[in-house]
Amino acid sequence: MFSLQGITNSIQTWLVRNFTGTWVLVIECAIVMLLAITLFAVLGLVLVWMERKVAAHMQIRLGPNRVGPMGIFQTSADTLKLILKEGLTPDGADKLLFNLAPFVVMIVAMLLLAPIAFARGFQVWDINIGVLYITAISSLSVIGILMAGWASNNKYSLLGAMRSGAQIVSYELSAGLSILTIVVLTGSLQIGDIINAQQNGWWLFKGHIPVVIAFVIFMIAATAETNRAPFDLAEAESELTAGFHTEYSGMKFALFFLAEYINIFIVCAIGATLFLGGWMPLHIGSWEGFNHVMDYIPSSVWFFVKTFLLIFLMMWFRWTFPRLRVDQLLSLEWKYLLPISLFNLLLATVVAIFEWHF
Amino acid sequence: MAFLTYCQCYTAVHQHNTEPLNGWRKGIAATTNQEPNIRLAMFLKDYIVDIFRATKSLLTGMKRTGYYFVHPKEIITEQYPDNRDTLVMADRFRGEVIMPHDENREHACTGCTACELACPNATIKIVTKFDITPEGKKKKALDTFVYHLELCTMCGLCVEACPTDAIKMGQKFEHSVYDRSMLTKKLNLPGSKIREGIE
Ligand code: SF4
Ligand code: SF4
Repeated sequence: MFSLQGITNSIQTWLVRNFTGTWVLVIECAIVMLLAITLFAVLGLVLVWMERKVAAHMQIRLGPNRVGPMGIFQTSADTLKLILKEGLTPDGADKLLFNLAPFVVMIVAMLLLAPIAFARGFQVWDINIGVLYITAISSLSVIGILMAGWASNNKYSLLGAMRSGAQIVSYELSAGLSILTIVVLTGSLQIGDIINAQQNGWWLFKGHIPVVIAFVIFMIAATAETNRAPFDLAEAESELTAGFHTEYSGMKFALFFLAEYINIFIVCAIGATLFLGGWMPLHIGSWEGFNHVMDYIPSSVWFFVKTFLLIFLMMWFRWTFPRLRVDQLLSLEWKYLLPISLFNLLLATVVAIFEWHF
Repeated sequence: MAFLTYCQCYTAVHQHNTEPLNGWRKGIAATTNQEPNIRLAMFLKDYIVDIFRATKSLLTGMKRTGYYFVHPKEIITEQYPDNRDTLVMADRFRGEVIMPHDENREHACTGCTACELACPNATIKIVTKFDITPEGKKKKALDTFVYHLELCTMCGLCVEACPTDAIKMGQKFEHSVYDRSMLTKKLNLPGSKIREGIE
């Protein structure tokens, strides 16, 4: 059976046999970096293509269909175009910050990759405070956006960046609280533990109402944190040209664009890990035969299927709902999501204490 | 149809977006002179009803887009130029102004210049002449109908202004040419004349 764990283990043993301790570490780091960059590039191409196709079909259009079958090479062609374009830096811009910002956003996205378990035993770093790490790092991306907006010396960029700041700071709360629901139920901050706790059923099914509410809130907050419609106030084409990346062009623009999609992937991966059991196959109670069949599907497939389902859900949101106003955005968070998620956390705690979950 | 539905969804969602805010204010304002626990109960009821209605209207929108997503038959994209041979234009498509002639090379234009006056862009220039009727009277008639395609916005006002329905909007839309002078057209065919009995 195909398993990523087997591959990593054999690489590990081969390296240990042929190199000394430090070199093994260095080489493994290099491999991880290479894999992360490859994953980013592939994800960028696939997700942009998927977004355009999904959008088109929801608007009764065909979407890209000229470059390659079903237009699958369209995004590669677009990337090539962006690489060939000149990356302008406006005269009045703060050169250092302006050029640094896309990389900050990108690096934050890369850091978030560390605790995500892509398959059974295929995880860069299973730290014992994984969930805390994720919430902490993901709120850093706003720094990159603020840098970009400020350094552009353009009022649209600045407005977009400020909106993005307000938005991420507010929605971070309800995202954090809905994640806490799972932490309360599992009793651990470690991603590995959280996945293992879902051996006999995903939290979404095991955890009753509190987890369902938490899941809904998490999806809303995740959409807001990635600055996607209906919460795309930071970009808001019709109001702010392109928001914080108005002044960016060429590859620097591509990095922002890529980071947006990587962030979608990451929040959906986190959502899939916490609520849908990560790489854990679908197990139903005592149906031995069924569970056995499900085990035959490789764990990496499970992970990616779940993640892409959530990504599809977010795309569905984007192409259905109109954009919120700033005041609506903030009242949704502070008057609705936050009180509900606080109450929900209490409910989850009660469920956890009395062990009402399966 | 699709557009209409989207509008409805949009309005529904839009109402949701503003209503929660009003709900808060309404809930507080309308109940200030009641017992505190009644006020709280009313407020909570409004709050929950708001959430319920918002969720419902959002789901209605998602149902519509989801329906389109799983029904590729609904797609309205025309794969022009691949389907150039089978392309059917909509009945009311306005591609250019044409003047239909019957089999005897006769048209219905009296040269009244109503279309010329109706056109907002000075696209039409009617050149008139005087025919001699059998009774020996002079009668105004169309000499040349000059149509500047490059100025036309396909608004169709000329067609509406024409009292004899002599012109209509054609469905041809592939108008690019290499020389701008080719866009100035004479709509009445050479040697054509007005159909009998049209005044
Ligand atoms: S369609 Fe409009 S612009 Fe064109 S000739 Fe008629 S009135 Fe003028
Ligand atoms: S086309 Fe119609 S409106 Fe124009 S001159 Fe002829 S009869 Fe009059």
